[in-house]
Amino acid sequence: MEVLFSFWPWYVAGPVIALIMVFLILYGKRFGVSSNLETACSMLGAGKISDYFKTDWKSQKWNLVFILGALLGGFISRQFLMTNETSHISVETSAWLTNLGFKNAGGMFLPEEIFAMDSLSNPKVLFVLSIGGFLVGFGTRYAGGCTSGHAISGLSNLQLPSLVAVIGFFIGGLVMAHFLFPLIFPL
Amino acid sequence: MKLIKFLFIGIGFGIILVKAEIVSWYRIIEMFRFESFHMYGVIGLAVVLGVIALQIIKRKNLKDYEGNPIVIEPKPKQYTRNLIGGIIFGLGWALIGACPGPLFVLAGFGYVSILIVIVAAVLGAFLKGILVK
Repeated sequence: MEVLFSFWPWYVAGPVIALIMVFLILYGKRFGVSSNLETACSMLGAGKISDYFKTDWKSQKWNLVFILGALLGGFISRQFLMTNETSHISVETSAWLTNLGFKNAGGMFLPEEIFAMDSLSNPKVLFVLSIGGFLVGFGTRYAGGCTSGHAISGLSNLQLPSLVAVIGFFIGGLVMAHFLFPLIFPL
Repeated sequence: MKLIKFLFIGIGFGIILVKAEIVSWYRIIEMFRFESFHMYGVIGLAVVLGVIALQIIKRKNLKDYEGNPIVIEPKPKQYTRNLIGGIIFGLGWALIGACPGPLFVLAGFGYVSILIVIVAAVLGAFLKGILVK
């Protein structure tokens, strides 16, 4: 039973994620989370503003149900599967983040400097949350997929567009993590 | 209910993302700083096994559960979009420490601020649809 309450290594997570992709394919669907962002726009009536969103969003209901499940999975993990485990991120990353003003570098799972409720009174925090979310939404849809659609599904299917997208993910991520972080933090 | 199976697959997805710390902001920044193998192991192994699984599905001409042949549509070849969109997403991924899947898992885990990120992400997808179709 102890295994349920501890963190799992990469060689457990990798196969499970591949299995999730395969299950969805065998059920006639495709593994890709970011398309839900577009489905949400269509569902909320964006079709009135642009024909681009005049799609049959009901055919994508299964995917909305899937992410609702993911949300429930997060809730279940928090309520029933957590003990006082500690995360072991690398000491280099931890030290570098401490220098940038992150107090509990390596905690679970998000830094309070950005995500704690009382940080929200800082306009810079609100800006980081909004611009970050915006980049994720705009970028994934412009690229035609995110980590699940391109990095996992697309690469598994040997798709060159997905490889190009993943290279893009890393260019953006490396620029942020190496050059922009020191300019943005501490907030 | 035909959709209930997707709820359960989603729950499994959410649990694995928490238990393997893929929802951790720290794990993502650590990945982009090349200071841990963890995330590379997760994605790398998923892709290797995914390639094998899809090859088996194709070569054995497996059918889906409704008996239809499984044809996985190729990704549209829009290399400029793939690259530029990828870079934009990468910037956000490293800053927020979460890609779209983990955003929803973190909301369920109880992080209220993540809702701001999700709303902004939907707005980003909306603006993409308006501006560039």
